[in-house]
Amino acid sequence: MLKIENLHVFYGGIHALKGINLNVEKGKTISLIGANGAGKSTTLRCIMGLVKKSEGSIVYDGKDLTGFKTRDIVKMGLVLTPEGRRIFPNLSVKENIMLGAYTRTDKTEIERDFDRVYELFPRLKEREWQVAGTLSGGEQQMLAVGRSLMSKPKLIMMDEPSLGLAPLIVKNIFEIIREINDNGVTVLLIEQNAKAALEIADYAYVLETGKITLEGKGSDLLNDPDVQKAYLGEAVTKNIEKNE
Amino acid sequence: MSLNIFMQQLVNAASLGSLYALLAIGYTMVYGILRLINFAHGDIFMLSTYIAFYAMTSFLLPWYISFAIAIILTILFGILLERGAYRPLRNSPRISIMISAIAASFLIENLAIVIFGGRPKAFPSVPAFSKIISISGVSTSSISVIIPIVTFIVLILLGYIVNQTKMGMAMRAVSKDYEAARLMGINVNTVISFTFGIGSGLAAIGGVMWGLKYPQLIPLMGLMPGLKCFIAAVVGGIGDIKGAVIGGFILGFGEIMIVAVSAFLPYDLSGYRDAFAFVLLIAILLLKPSGIMGKSSVEKV
Ligand SMILES: Nc1ncnc2c1ncn2[C@@H]1O[C@H](COP(=O)(O)OP(=O)(O)OP(=O)(O)O)[C@@H](O)[C@H]1O
Ligand SMILES: [Mg+2]
Repeated sequence: MLKIENLHVFYGGIHALKGINLNVEKGKTISLIGANGAGKSTTLRCIMGLVKKSEGSIVYDGKDLTGFKTRDIVKMGLVLTPEGRRIFPNLSVKENIMLGAYTRTDKTEIERDFDRVYELFPRLKEREWQVAGTLSGGEQQMLAVGRSLMSKPKLIMMDEPSLGLAPLIVKNIFEIIREINDNGVTVLLIEQNAKAALEIADYAYVLETGKITLEGKGSDLLNDPDVQKAYLGEAVTKNIEKNE
Repeated sequence: MSLNIFMQQLVNAASLGSLYALLAIGYTMVYGILRLINFAHGDIFMLSTYIAFYAMTSFLLPWYISFAIAIILTILFGILLERGAYRPLRNSPRISIMISAIAASFLIENLAIVIFGGRPKAFPSVPAFSKIISISGVSTSSISVIIPIVTFIVLILLGYIVNQTKMGMAMRAVSKDYEAARLMGINVNTVISFTFGIGSGLAAIGGVMWGLKYPQLIPLMGLMPGLKCFIAAVVGGIGDIKGAVIGGFILGFGEIMIVAVSAFLPYDLSGYRDAFAFVLLIAILLLKPSGIMGKSSVEKV
């Protein structure tokens, strides 16, 4: 469904991605883990056309995305829930959700998806008219996910959805991710919380300073001693750091 | 008698305040979306009155067609200005785009002097607007009453666009986060063009009404109102449309009241009316730098 080959990205002189290969199969949940600054967000932002690549190819649904506008990529069902939620704080909860459907014109289906988002996140419905900036962190994350679902994703990419959330809410978010996947949406997940990310993943990649250093089935990586040492032991402390 | 004069001044204040409000909104909307002070906004306002002037005097078109042409051309001009002078610099340091705005302002002013001539021109008087009407003894020209009414309608329309339409929603989204807006499939360039179009359109509506009320045109006529309305936007809380309207009215009322009150004072203060805006600016910067409607609290992001 999504195939990335030899992807290079520079930020000025910083070589952020150094030839990444990545394959996302349709219907699967794929995780991409790695330390801070490894280039995970850069990968996703590049896929969405928000940063330019200097080399390599990104093929989605059989189409090379080179030169595509973000808007056209979204229309093709490739959707990103960005790192740090990035909800619109000055808009109401309802407006935020509706913005997810900005490019769509199928009115009745939009209504239906809208109701589905509220079913999935009843808390958002209670806060329908509240200004989104006043939501709690967990609610904002739910809003960000709900908003993405309104774009009718075929492939949803989530950048650290559990960032800064309490364990109970993290669990909830992961349940939702599973549910989204069960409904036929392919998921590409980025996480600091490596354990949860590997548990949920059919296949996973480890990114280190701009290079994929390891890949394999989620369960295999979970048991890999290198991964355990580098990511699973640290996952807890990192989350604490981010919480602060 | 003096009460009558006072009432007249009140009408004048309402119409001047309306004109300032229309102009101030353009500053605040552009700032809200680009974090740019569009120094050329006052000159866009000036252009609209000249376009209306030439449409009526050289092309002998009726006033309503002339005004429509003035508004449409001014909107197009505002959109082109953003395209030509601001868009290429959007990813450059903030100072570059600001310098570009100042340059655009000087360029328009000086081209206007070359093309329109430096000598003042008299805006043609339109009988429908220059009638003297009197309500219970207070008499005033009809334009002074029409300005606040038109402004009121325009503001309601603007409120509808910004708060109820998809484009308005996109504008508010873009004003907070370009990248997240892009991820929604919003075309940020279109939204920015639209914002410049609205701001310029409001300036043009204000411009033609200004011409009717103060019928003397000079190429630098946008300078002082532009500066004052920028202040009005800051006073109201820059980026906030309601704030700009409030700021514009405070300014309009303040200025006219200085003149009105002068009539009762031993010395004439009316010469200080232009200073009012600056005094107000200093006061607000000391008391509430974020402006009347400005939020000083940080939103959770
Ligand atoms: N806009 C930018 N300008 C310059 N350098 C950048 C920019 N964005 C990211 N970088 C650099 O690129 C590298 C990769 O950043 P990226 O955000 O992709 O990391 P990440 O894996 O998502 O990290 P994190 O887990 O902290 O979110 C980092 O070294 C970062 O400093
Ligand atoms: Mg990141």
